[in-house]
Amino acid sequence: MIINSRFFNRSELIGFIALAAVLFVILPLSLDVFRLNLVAKYLTYAFVAIGLVLCWGYGGILSLGQGVFFGLGGYCMAMFLKLEASSVENTKIQSTPGIPDFMDWNQVTSLPLFWQPFHSLTFTIAAIILVPCLFALIIGTAMFKRRVGGTYFAIITQAVAAILTILIVGQQGYTGGINGMTDLRTLKGWDIRPDHAKIILYFVEVVLLFACIGIAQFIRLTKLGRILVAMREQEDRVRFSGYSVANFKIFAFCVAAIFAAIGGAMFALNVGFMSPSFVGIVPSIEMVIYTAVGGRMSIFGAVWGSILVNFAKTSLSESFPQLWLFGLGALFIAVVLAFPNGLSGIWADHVQPRVDRLIASIRAKKSGGWSGNSVADGAPAE
Amino acid sequence: MSDEPNKGLQSPLRRKLLMGAAALPLASMLPRPSFGAGPATAMVNTTGLAVTDTEVTVGILHSATGTMAISETGSIQAEKLAIEQINAAGGVLGRKIKFIQEDGASDWPTFAEKAKKLLVNDKVAAIMGCWTSASRKAVLPVVEQYNGMLYYPTFYEGLEQSKNVIYTGQEATQQILAGLNWIAKEKGAKSFFFIGSDYIWPRTSNKIARKHVENVLKGKVVGEEYYALGSTQFNSVINKIKLTKPDVIFTDVVGGSNVAFYKQLKAAGVDLSKQALLTISVTEDEIDGIGGENIAGAYACMKYFQSLDNANNKAFVPAFKKMWGEKTVIGDVTQAGYLGPWLWKLTCEKAGSFDVDKIAAASPGVEFKEAPEGYVRIHENHHLWSKTRVGRAKLDGQFELIFETADLVEPDPFPKGYQ
Repeated sequence: MIINSRFFNRSELIGFIALAAVLFVILPLSLDVFRLNLVAKYLTYAFVAIGLVLCWGYGGILSLGQGVFFGLGGYCMAMFLKLEASSVENTKIQSTPGIPDFMDWNQVTSLPLFWQPFHSLTFTIAAIILVPCLFALIIGTAMFKRRVGGTYFAIITQAVAAILTILIVGQQGYTGGINGMTDLRTLKGWDIRPDHAKIILYFVEVVLLFACIGIAQFIRLTKLGRILVAMREQEDRVRFSGYSVANFKIFAFCVAAIFAAIGGAMFALNVGFMSPSFVGIVPSIEMVIYTAVGGRMSIFGAVWGSILVNFAKTSLSESFPQLWLFGLGALFIAVVLAFPNGLSGIWADHVQPRVDRLIASIRAKKSGGWSGNSVADGAPAE
Repeated sequence: MSDEPNKGLQSPLRRKLLMGAAALPLASMLPRPSFGAGPATAMVNTTGLAVTDTEVTVGILHSATGTMAISETGSIQAEKLAIEQINAAGGVLGRKIKFIQEDGASDWPTFAEKAKKLLVNDKVAAIMGCWTSASRKAVLPVVEQYNGMLYYPTFYEGLEQSKNVIYTGQEATQQILAGLNWIAKEKGAKSFFFIGSDYIWPRTSNKIARKHVENVLKGKVVGEEYYALGSTQFNSVINKIKLTKPDVIFTDVVGGSNVAFYKQLKAAGVDLSKQALLTISVTEDEIDGIGGENIAGAYACMKYFQSLDNANNKAFVPAFKKMWGEKTVIGDVTQAGYLGPWLWKLTCEKAGSFDVDKIAAASPGVEFKEAPEGYVRIHENHHLWSKTRVGRAKLDGQFELIFETADLVEPDPFPKGYQ
């Protein structure tokens, strides 16, 4: 009955279908373009959250600096878009036409060398993947090879996030400083601002999101995924069994970084904006919160967590402009206290058993007594 | 000396008359105004804005939370006061102003998102909002794309002009040049030391100030230092100041950093009654945090002080305190925030329409005679003609006005020779 039975077990298949239905059909049909664009913004965080499920939920590596990679991906994309928006005729009121406006304000008179390659879209796309990956590789190698883990790793990732923010804010002639890069307009001549472009970008993003979900699921099911879980539970035993723990950790961290960077690049495209306020400590922690609310062991839960938390953020702040932060804080505390496994925990504890019973009873009627195998295939309980 | 600038309206009789005139709108609220008597909605709203026969909706978009809330609260309060007063006086084109408030949360992308929500979802006729340059830069592409109207209250760096924005604060040359001229003449100042927060506004302002000092005043800039936003360690720059002994310290340090800066300056023994200090970033709001005793004697250069002695201001200050409490103070930006709804109302009435294109076209030349700062008029470049004033900080946290330009200063967002 289930074609993908080896790739998704039944509960995951239900989750997959539900998510695909909501993102591909229900939301685009029921929301206007403005709200759909907001959903696209929320989904950019879902990329980060999926990465965190892999590296934190499965690998046990808590990174409080995912904003760094989100920001690197976003800035790479934004640099390309900003260059395209800063053509000579668009910027003729500047003292040096043809360079981004913030460079002109900061008395930079020619395009810096490291900006030059971002004229090329191919280079930009490669950079979106490779720059964060390399950066994660360096941090990961420096840490994991020295067996720095747990809390210390989390603290160091926070420090990296803080350092990068200070760097971006301080070097405003090259990065746009605290203002960030605003007024991004076209991608290879294609205007990214009008409504129809927003709809196309939304679908591109959802497709990319499902690709990332697929990759994450694939990693989870391979032997690699099992080793990650084993590492989380008993790192020393894995090491004594002859595995190089550090390399596996570096791999998971790099994959999470790449996912976050894709999210960041999509953010720059969908929102037309990139600023250091997505790089620092606070946004990085927020990204962990999305994952925690959704359930750190569940890929789909992480996506739902990102959507719902951000939706709550938007609607609370629209209804209670002065008090919304308290409401949001209360919501986090309530979820973590009452449902430590997040939304996916609620699903697994309360909804899933009912669904199983229902399916089992239908099957029992059909084939007389044969009951489906609902035991998860070796993966940790979700 | 402090009364000198007000020669223009010193006759007691004239002052009384003016006060009476300022109170007229209040008198007219006694019989409750009835809305809906204005021109037909189809006439005044051809672009689908949120205008009904009895109501028109505008947006208020400031940070009610986050680090900027302390600064932006004054603007929110002033805008609400202005809207209430306009409604009490019969509204705009026979319609009551309803406002939707959104929180920018001190986060620039949130500002952009909320501006878009106000324009696309709520179809507001105008937005009163933004405070930092960063938030304005984030919102600008949105108001231009969706053709909204933004009334922006903060003094800012210039180098910008948009059909869709009215800048009710001063741009950099308006704020700085007259102040530097005054201090050069009054104190015979030749050497200047610049200290600023590290972002676009202080950097651009200091660039303009440096050109003016070097090219026009023939003086010298002996130091120029920048500190990250929120920085609280100023001891090294204070030592440099003590070594270089500039005639004038010129500062555009913003926000909470000011508290540390002035306290450390005092602790280091720099006496502001002897050492001239000219700031373009400290208003009454900031002194609330700094403490009057730490900054008394410093000069501030802007267009409005709460202590201004004119009839408009004497009606405005009590009205503001009545609505928001006796303890509130009113700074330059708060006053500029108050101008936004009034200028918009006057422009709507001049244009006979709420349509953004017509408002943008009708804006130049609109004058607001009841402005607490005295009188303002919108220039062709969508900035305001306004006077520049220098005040001296007193122990009680208020400024004593000691100089104002004789005429309105022309706004010049793209100053030639200063870029």
